Amino acid sequence: MERLNRSEKIFKVLSYLLVGAFGIIALYPVVYAFSASISGKIAYETGQIVLFPKDINFEVYSLLYEDKGFWLSYINTLFYTFFGTAWSMFISITGAYALAKKKLLFRRHFNFLVVFTMWFVAGMIPQYLNYTSMGVANRWGIVVAFGIQAYNIILLRNTFEGIPTEIEEAAIVDGVKEFQLLSRIYIPMSKAGIATVTLFYATTRWNGYFWSRILLTDPKELPVQVYMRILIENYQAMFDDMPVNLSYASDSYVYAILVCSIVPVLLIYPQIQKYFAKGANLGGVKG
Amino acid sequence: MGGVKTVKTNSQVMKQTSDEGTWSKHWHAVKKDWRLYVLLLPMVLWFALWSYKPMGGLLIAFKNYDAAKGVLGSDFVGFSNFITLMFGTYATQFWTAFRNTFIISLYGIIFGFPIPILLALLMSEVRHKAYSKVMQTFSYLPHFLSEVTITGLVITLVYNGEVSTGVIAEALISLGWISENANIIQEASYFRPIYILTGIWKEAGYSSIVYFAAIMSISPTLYEALKMDGGNKLQEIRYVTFPGMAPTLIIMIILRIGKILSIGYERIILLYNANTYSSADVLSTFVYRIGLERGNQALGASADLFNAIIAFALVIGANYISRQISETSLW
Repeated sequence: MERLNRSEKIFKVLSYLLVGAFGIIALYPVVYAFSASISGKIAYETGQIVLFPKDINFEVYSLLYEDKGFWLSYINTLFYTFFGTAWSMFISITGAYALAKKKLLFRRHFNFLVVFTMWFVAGMIPQYLNYTSMGVANRWGIVVAFGIQAYNIILLRNTFEGIPTEIEEAAIVDGVKEFQLLSRIYIPMSKAGIATVTLFYATTRWNGYFWSRILLTDPKELPVQVYMRILIENYQAMFDDMPVNLSYASDSYVYAILVCSIVPVLLIYPQIQKYFAKGANLGGVKG
Repeated sequence: MGGVKTVKTNSQVMKQTSDEGTWSKHWHAVKKDWRLYVLLLPMVLWFALWSYKPMGGLLIAFKNYDAAKGVLGSDFVGFSNFITLMFGTYATQFWTAFRNTFIISLYGIIFGFPIPILLALLMSEVRHKAYSKVMQTFSYLPHFLSEVTITGLVITLVYNGEVSTGVIAEALISLGWISENANIIQEASYFRPIYILTGIWKEAGYSSIVYFAAIMSISPTLYEALKMDGGNKLQEIRYVTFPGMAPTLIIMIILRIGKILSIGYERIILLYNANTYSSADVLSTFVYRIGLERGNQALGASADLFNAIIAFALVIGANYISRQISETSLW
């Protein structure tokens, strides 16, 4: 047992308290949103909800259940997340693999080409003009033209570079070519890095809002983030047209939608946390 | 030594052929490892189409852009867009946005930068495995939520209306920090605190990971040595922990400076409104309003270029200074 002196004891107690406080503050709005979504109208509007729900009813969720636009946008987001992540991973893994190979000609130049995009971005207007002239204002356009990040490629490249060359050399002697080298050695040996980058890409896709809002014109293609935002902008007017004697507050509906958008993140992220604490490290940044 | 001399004298004569030699050597290397280049190709194409091609589109900053004529066909007008930007109709808005960009970033650095470091320091003291795991999970979580979700939460939590009052607005009113009828989201003076605090809430936990890893990689023998000499906890932080995490700190501050001009415009667009432009509008949101909402694309693009060049200069400058002072740098 290590012996602590006075200053260390004070610091230790403070650490436990402050870390706890920060964790609770981080989680609080999410818990509150859930409580507010299932609380009764009067309890909510008179400010009785602080942490726990009161007069519990799930009517907003049954209202949400019948909101076809919401579910359509939810399915769209699943589409964007699934195909978008797959596309981003395909490009990032193959590119990072090539960049990790010492024998690649102009390796430094290609690396620079990737890293440069982190420091110099064309900007919103040239990007917008490019997107519209290339015709990406549709489902597959959103999947293909977005989501690849230099940072993630560098992170994968560094992971690949960490694989001992002896293993690869042995495989080459056995006549294994690049494609199998990547699929049978590099990918299986980089599970942590790949899981981390997949999580990063998937959350970016799940949370994507700005360009979808600007580019997509067909309301049937909108992702859930855009649908949610439009609702937040308009819900007061929407509830003004409804009968007054509802059992829930109009805010509860917004909270319910926010909760539905958070749930998938809550389900998936803790499973992958053990990987990304390692993967999100600084080694990924240095070009 | 003789060998070196021969190469030098021959090199002038051989220049033509040796260039051809290099290229044919390259060609053979590519032919032998063609699979590697096939794997490289999708990434190169992607960046060419979606990152580098728009950079060419920045040309419209120097043109009287006409969508019918396209980027290349529009008439060249020199720097007149930049002059309009700085002295024309939108000049006041432009300079307000310019100033706000630096003020908001500076606040973000002053208040936002130390907190993850402090959090990492504190977390490194928590040795109870389950407790630290749970608290880490909680504090990283907001990073993974979308800007729409987060601003949606903020807007409803600070809402102060006739029918309902958000729980945070209520708390602030009962503490006497804001007046009974203050409408936080509509008042310019509240925008920056809201933006900065939301940013800290979202990113502090997640940003602490990097510092936490840096602290964990400091050799325990250094701490033991200081303890033997009778050092207390503050001295330990001052003489062991900080020097140990200095390279990480420097890299993170360079990265942060490089992002000064690209501060999260998405969150600002989702939070601001005409009443709060005076304290909330930054260069990228200015570009969004002028270039996309009002359709003045050439003017927007010249603000974009202005933005990109300063941002790039800031990274290079920060990197240069840190290389001179501390021998730690990005490249």
